[in-house]
Amino acid sequence: MNIFLALLHARNKEFLRDRGTLAWNFAFPFMVIIGLALVFSGPERDLYKVGLLRGDGPPPTAIEAFLATDYVGFVPVTALDDALEKVRRHQLDMVLDVRGEPHFWINSSNPRGYVLERVLQGAGRSEAIHKEVLTGREIRYIDWLLPGVLAMNMMFSCLFGVGYVIVRYRKGGILRRLRVTPVRAVHFLSAQVASRLLLVLFVTTVLFVGTDLILDFYVVGSLLDLFVVFALGGVCLISLGLVIAARTASQELAGGLLNLATWPMMFLSGVWFSLEGANPWLVRAAQLLPLTHMIDAARAVMVDGATLLDVWPQLALLTGLSVVFMGLGSVLFRWE
Amino acid sequence: MSSLLEVRELTKQYPAVRAVDGVSFAVEEGICFGLLGPNGAGKTTTVEMMEGLTRPSSGQVLYRGAPLGAGYKHEVGIQFQSTSLQDFLTTREVLQLFGKFYKHTLPLDEVVRMCALGEFLDQDNRKLSGGQRQRLFLALALINDPALLFLDEPTTGLDPQARQNFWKLVRQIKAQRKTIVLTTHYMEEAYALCDRIAIMDHGRILTIGSPQDLLTEHFEGVWLELPAGNLNGHRTIPGKLRERPGYVDIQTTDLDATMRALLAADISLVGLKVRQPTLEDLFLALTGHELRSGS
Repeated sequence: MNIFLALLHARNKEFLRDRGTLAWNFAFPFMVIIGLALVFSGPERDLYKVGLLRGDGPPPTAIEAFLATDYVGFVPVTALDDALEKVRRHQLDMVLDVRGEPHFWINSSNPRGYVLERVLQGAGRSEAIHKEVLTGREIRYIDWLLPGVLAMNMMFSCLFGVGYVIVRYRKGGILRRLRVTPVRAVHFLSAQVASRLLLVLFVTTVLFVGTDLILDFYVVGSLLDLFVVFALGGVCLISLGLVIAARTASQELAGGLLNLATWPMMFLSGVWFSLEGANPWLVRAAQLLPLTHMIDAARAVMVDGATLLDVWPQLALLTGLSVVFMGLGSVLFRWE
Repeated sequence: MSSLLEVRELTKQYPAVRAVDGVSFAVEEGICFGLLGPNGAGKTTTVEMMEGLTRPSSGQVLYRGAPLGAGYKHEVGIQFQSTSLQDFLTTREVLQLFGKFYKHTLPLDEVVRMCALGEFLDQDNRKLSGGQRQRLFLALALINDPALLFLDEPTTGLDPQARQNFWKLVRQIKAQRKTIVLTTHYMEEAYALCDRIAIMDHGRILTIGSPQDLLTEHFEGVWLELPAGNLNGHRTIPGKLRERPGYVDIQTTDLDATMRALLAADISLVGLKVRQPTLEDLFLALTGHELRSGS
């Protein structure tokens, strides 16, 4: 235990005194979250665009109701041919000519044109369908995105933080020096895992609190549950880092392997967009990635208010993968 | 004297090369044992097997008469030629860290005093000079008060003054009756520090004994060293002649007769040196090539 604590303490000091890296660990994800929030905030934008040709007189009553539809932007156009060309290229979703008898054009390959057609034809009718209005706070894209970005940041920190450090230790002969002392592989590896886990959880907590002060995130579930999900995910990703760093003494090779592990996760694990409806094999491939389960569970807790019991399949998978990765990492591990 | 460490028929076979080929010797308690040889001679592999870092292909290493066991790491101290340490830690913190690895350790103050670390105790270990670094590595090897100390090329790359200082430290450690196994390229280092030396080449031990005994055994008399140009083709000088680039060495047991013969042959004595045979000469005589030619 003494040896483990001594190594843990030494590694923590090493990390905390490396001011540049430490600052970057906070600054980079902070900038990403704030940047995305700025990009995706602001007034609601129009969902559909209609080019409108109108004469001097008022449009017919049915059309008036359509023109009052929210989230449809009406762009005045003068030349019909130019406007139709834009419909062909999906730059406009519909062209509506109300100079005489109302007339509209849509592109059959543009689904938004189809929806607009239905809206146009239904506008102004109020048949006896009962309408109930619900109120609720909007879940912004940034609320949905936050668990993904935090998890992705943890992934980079866990994999590169553990992977690169072990390879650097091996290359510089630090592992060789430790090997001739009574330090055993289990002491060394567990200290690396514990140190990195403490650091990423600390960084993630600070980031969450810091960005929450600015962006006021919408968290439906329990923060403690969210912490547990991130902690388990962290252990799993760090263990994957141990496997990658088990033998290599080349930082270039380690960098390549770490990129090989992180890039697919960055794009397939649902950090930026949901894979729902994507190609089934892509969805299946994503299920093999630990980050997918971590983000699924974190999002379920944050956005849907799920409890740990609700996300047990993801937690069980993360635990199982952690055990497998740790086993592999320690069996494959070489001091030199 | 009883042997602390014994090596029996040690062999290490790598796929393409037999690095160590049936080496046997014993290291008595309390001595400084030097293992000499050029790069590729097999001395590093031999020492790594003695340290327990490399598993022998065949043969045995015995410590106090028994194969190396779990407690061996607590009994030995090892100074490597070139390793780095954890970044951002001060000398004191590195010592404290390594101290935690062992059941029994020397008091920190004692190690600091012994290795003269006081002036850079709170300095980041990456900012130490070569000599300071080697003293810190020596301190790390001593922190568990080992009975057996391995020093691997400890003064390679140090300036002459730092080397002299380091030798002084090693002599102090020897005075504490610790057993030292030293590998080195430097003959003068082996001569200054070692009680016994083994010379290795091509994976085998060529000779073993105390430096003085080995020199007496292999050489008689003194060496005369003359610039090759002075001899001007003369080869009928009494004594054994050995040529090397730019110089001719004449080994003689009758210095007077050799000097007279040189003068009689009208050979210029400008640049003449008379010297005792050295371990370098011994190595050359045994292997046919110079010790540092491979380094």
